[in-house]
Amino acid sequence: MIDKIAPSIADALEGIQDGATVLIGGFGTAGIPNELIDGLIAQGARDLTIVNNNAGNGETGLAALLATGRVRKVICSFPRQADSQVFDGLYRAGKLELELVPQGNLAERLRAAGAGIGAFFCPTGYGTELAGDRETRVIDGKAYVLEYPIRGDVALIKAEQGDRWGNLVYRKAARNFGPVMAMAAKRTVATVHEIVELGRMDPEAIVTPGIFVSRIVKVERVATQAGGFRKAA
Amino acid sequence: MTMTTTYQRRTKDQLAARVAQDIFDGAVVNLGIGQPTLVANHLPAGREVILHSENGILGMGPAPAEGLEDYDLINAGKQPVTLLAGGAFFHHADSFAMMRGGHLDICVLGAFQVSATGDLANWSTGEPGAIPAVGGAMDLAVGAKQTWVMMDLLTKKGESKVVAQCSYPLTGLGCVKRIYSDLATLECTPAGLRLVDSVEGLARAELERLIGLPIAN
Repeated sequence: MIDKIAPSIADALEGIQDGATVLIGGFGTAGIPNELIDGLIAQGARDLTIVNNNAGNGETGLAALLATGRVRKVICSFPRQADSQVFDGLYRAGKLELELVPQGNLAERLRAAGAGIGAFFCPTGYGTELAGDRETRVIDGKAYVLEYPIRGDVALIKAEQGDRWGNLVYRKAARNFGPVMAMAAKRTVATVHEIVELGRMDPEAIVTPGIFVSRIVKVERVATQAGGFRKAA
Repeated sequence: MTMTTTYQRRTKDQLAARVAQDIFDGAVVNLGIGQPTLVANHLPAGREVILHSENGILGMGPAPAEGLEDYDLINAGKQPVTLLAGGAFFHHADSFAMMRGGHLDICVLGAFQVSATGDLANWSTGEPGAIPAVGGAMDLAVGAKQTWVMMDLLTKKGESKVVAQCSYPLTGLGCVKRIYSDLATLECTPAGLRLVDSVEGLARAELERLIGLPIAN
């Protein structure tokens, strides 16, 4: 019998190695799998490369993981936010490597990893410093930069509902990077707020089919908090 | 220095209204973080426009009433928004495919500098020690059918933000079609700037003097 339901977060995260590349879903605070990040902190793996759109808000979640000093490198599109003080401090102190990637390239490089694409030519960033010294090519009169996949050892994502085969649906804009990260990692762990019997999820509406998911863990619903922006005066 | 100015700058709201005037019925539009967000408040009544947000929303609606914020439903600036009837959610790879694939009609972005031929600099001032952050700026700039910039024409020091060549780090090459500014609306073309309109009392010659570049009619 296939049963991807993990009894606990610790069980779902067991065996994450030092030096692992960990894909963490979320945009701002929406879709951040905070319980799994806390679990990763407790699990203790170090020398990690973290892939997330941002680089932590406030002092909890991803920011708390960074504060443990167990992260070597962050790959993200938008580290600087109103409340990214933990990242800012470590980066300025030279204790954290940053690979800055345009947001769409981040998503597509993850998708490419999940889809078995070796590399792809992308117009974004051509002629800018973020294209680095990567190969470029003009195709049908338009210039492109060669982009490589981002593969994860583990993906930690937040979904809304799942079943024991690992099928997932998300909630509103908390979906963001979840589906592409789920594809891009060797092992994908998802939190859900509800686990339903097999066959109860509408097969026409499943967003991430269970093939991309290794374990799911049920967590209590906590209202997503604000973060990462300044309130207009 | 004394200079008699007989013209008035567009206010932020007047500028937003000027941009909104050119957004056609049925357009799918991405409004960048900051000033461009204001454009949504000025879309003429009866014009149906679908707003796209990079974090996976089409049919984005206005901010919710106080107390009804849902932080799983936020815009690119991480502020709470709503979803209009007909709206849809999708993942990030699809969201950016909508940009890169040329499916968005218009995107409106802020800018530090724009060159006469449409090069855009809006993600970094290149200051040493600053923490770089690019977000979706580069993807948006190259992806939409039309990229418009909305900004003040001059810096606080009075220097033109429309330049022959950007000195700040580039976001995209030759990608800006139009510049909507507090003093004038300009078109960027491979041959240079072309005047669309300017505020009342501001002659083309004076505009050319402010920018320091020729502007075709």
